[in-house]
Amino acid sequence: MPVAQKSWFLKGDVVSGAVLAALGVYIISEARQWNYVGPEGPGPGFFPLWYGIAMMILSLWLVVVSAVRPAAAGAKVDWTGVGRAMLVWAVFAICTVLLKPLGLLTVLALLTLFIVGVMYGKPLKIACAAAAGTTVGFYLVFTLALNVGLPVGPLGF
Amino acid sequence: MDVLANLGHGFVVALQPLNLFWCFAGVFLGTVVGVMPGLGPAATIAMLLPLTFKMPPTSALIMLAGIYYGAKYGGSTTAILLNVPGESASVVTCLDGYQMARKGRAGAALGIAAIASFIAGTVGVVALMLVAPPLAKFGLAFSSPEYFALMVLGLAMVVLLAGESLVKALLAMLVGLWIAGMGIDLFSDASRFTFGNSEMLDGVDFVIVAIGVFALSEVFANMEQREEGTMLPVPKGLRNLLPTLEELKACRFAFLNGSVVGFIIGVLPGAGSTIASFISYGLEKAVSKHPEKFGTGVPEGVAAPEGANNSETGGALVPLLTLGIPGSGTTAILLAAFVLWGLKPGPLMIQDNPELFWGLVASMYVGNVMLLVLNLPLIPLFAQILKLPSYLLYPIILGISLVGVYTVSSSLFDCYMLAAFGLLGYLMRRLDYPSAPLILGLVLGDSMERALRQSLMMSQGDLGILVSRPISATMLFLAVLLLIMPLFRKVNSWRVRAIEENG
Repeated sequence: MPVAQKSWFLKGDVVSGAVLAALGVYIISEARQWNYVGPEGPGPGFFPLWYGIAMMILSLWLVVVSAVRPAAAGAKVDWTGVGRAMLVWAVFAICTVLLKPLGLLTVLALLTLFIVGVMYGKPLKIACAAAAGTTVGFYLVFTLALNVGLPVGPLGF
Repeated sequence: MDVLANLGHGFVVALQPLNLFWCFAGVFLGTVVGVMPGLGPAATIAMLLPLTFKMPPTSALIMLAGIYYGAKYGGSTTAILLNVPGESASVVTCLDGYQMARKGRAGAALGIAAIASFIAGTVGVVALMLVAPPLAKFGLAFSSPEYFALMVLGLAMVVLLAGESLVKALLAMLVGLWIAGMGIDLFSDASRFTFGNSEMLDGVDFVIVAIGVFALSEVFANMEQREEGTMLPVPKGLRNLLPTLEELKACRFAFLNGSVVGFIIGVLPGAGSTIASFISYGLEKAVSKHPEKFGTGVPEGVAAPEGANNSETGGALVPLLTLGIPGSGTTAILLAAFVLWGLKPGPLMIQDNPELFWGLVASMYVGNVMLLVLNLPLIPLFAQILKLPSYLLYPIILGISLVGVYTVSSSLFDCYMLAAFGLLGYLMRRLDYPSAPLILGLVLGDSMERALRQSLMMSQGDLGILVSRPISATMLFLAVLLLIMPLFRKVNSWRVRAIEENG
């Protein structure tokens, strides 16, 4: 793929516009399966069909305009920063999956350990202290004081 | 006289020990949230909303509103001491506030910000109290077509003012409408956009989206950088925080300007406190005898925007409480809170729930006094919050978000969706898609579809009903005008550029 072509293709607006256009197509195709107008008036397909069409048109417009427009000079993406954010998101997403087998307090301790120890590079002693402190704090506030039912693991917390 | 009698009843409600406690908790928490850069009132209210389900609605609302206007007070602290706005509305305060601090007048700048916030915040509440009841009476004339048109107008204003790209704001709003449409249809038993998942039949809870898009995305965005700013020294002692008489005299017009501009901008959906503070600062500079000194550390440059962003809160509550139309992400979350408690903000809100409405208004007077007392002598204490390392703060926010979402319906599926919406919120930030239109689309989606379909049932399918009634026709005309205005500007700028290039 030529460099110029690659650069516009990678532009966030083009990609996000294409994704939203696909979403628009999906909304329209789903809406067409439901009643557009029934004997009592507009059906469940009426409103989604129109916002689906609007979404498709607007996102295609965004794709075309962004693809044609030259890339702004100096607007560099901090990929290292994006990578850090995405890593935290990925760990958070894994934590939500681990809620069932491990319970919220254990998961929170692991999450804190990761953020303090890995993302901020603090010594293990500080990371462990932060993880323990956060977990105990959550237990005292939510479980004991507010009596909030949290997901529990095999150890009962 | 009615207003005074009602306000009296409101004070009876607001001064109950329990409500006083929650008011204090709200304004205290709001100040703390405002002081911390990267955690806004919208995220905080969204996170705490599920925890208020067991509270009486009036107390819960008093607390949540306290967070809303309390955050505006706290936002100035980081702007002045760190040159980092705690809230987007405090961006303008950095211009002169930080310069004052660099000149050794940090105490006076913080004091002026607190006094301006108090004066304008109180003016905003007075105006809310006077404007809301007549507007609610006017709203009684509204039927489905008018409500649909009003929501279209509100969304149009939010879209217009939400970001640099009108197309992106519109797309964000449409995504919000799509998420709102998930689940069982309002009028039939058709399930829509559930992906064959039975847990989606009830739709996506607003709290999950709000926490994901606001709180989580803020954490992810802040995690991009490891460095933290350096803070100027915080002056100690009340005397060092009080501005001089000369400084107060210089701020006379700024207090008034901030109060009036903030309230008017607040009433308009979509404008918000950031725009209010910019306009107020611009106006102050325009009428000043020494406009060239703005940006070098003049007290009026702090008083006007800080006043405006506090008065805006009172204004923003007007359309929310009287018409049920939120004008910003935070008021959209407050609207969701009302709905969760089984209350319906709208023209009948004041009539049906006088205790709640007037109790809230009175609590805002009380809250503003609490904030002044809290903010003047305790600024050094609040500034200590800035020393809390981010690596401790972010796991706590993520943990509270998980607890908040899980408590909505004790569903782990909701927690998975939270992660998904957190990613969506972060990507929206990175790609410059504004989040306010998405949240408003989500909150208004159901009501908007209901109003449209009811209108068409009334007219037996004739769309003309939307433009044949004067109020709805006017509002729809304004909405279309608002959306095509930037188009003309763009066409004109292209035309001008083409002429210049050819000529």
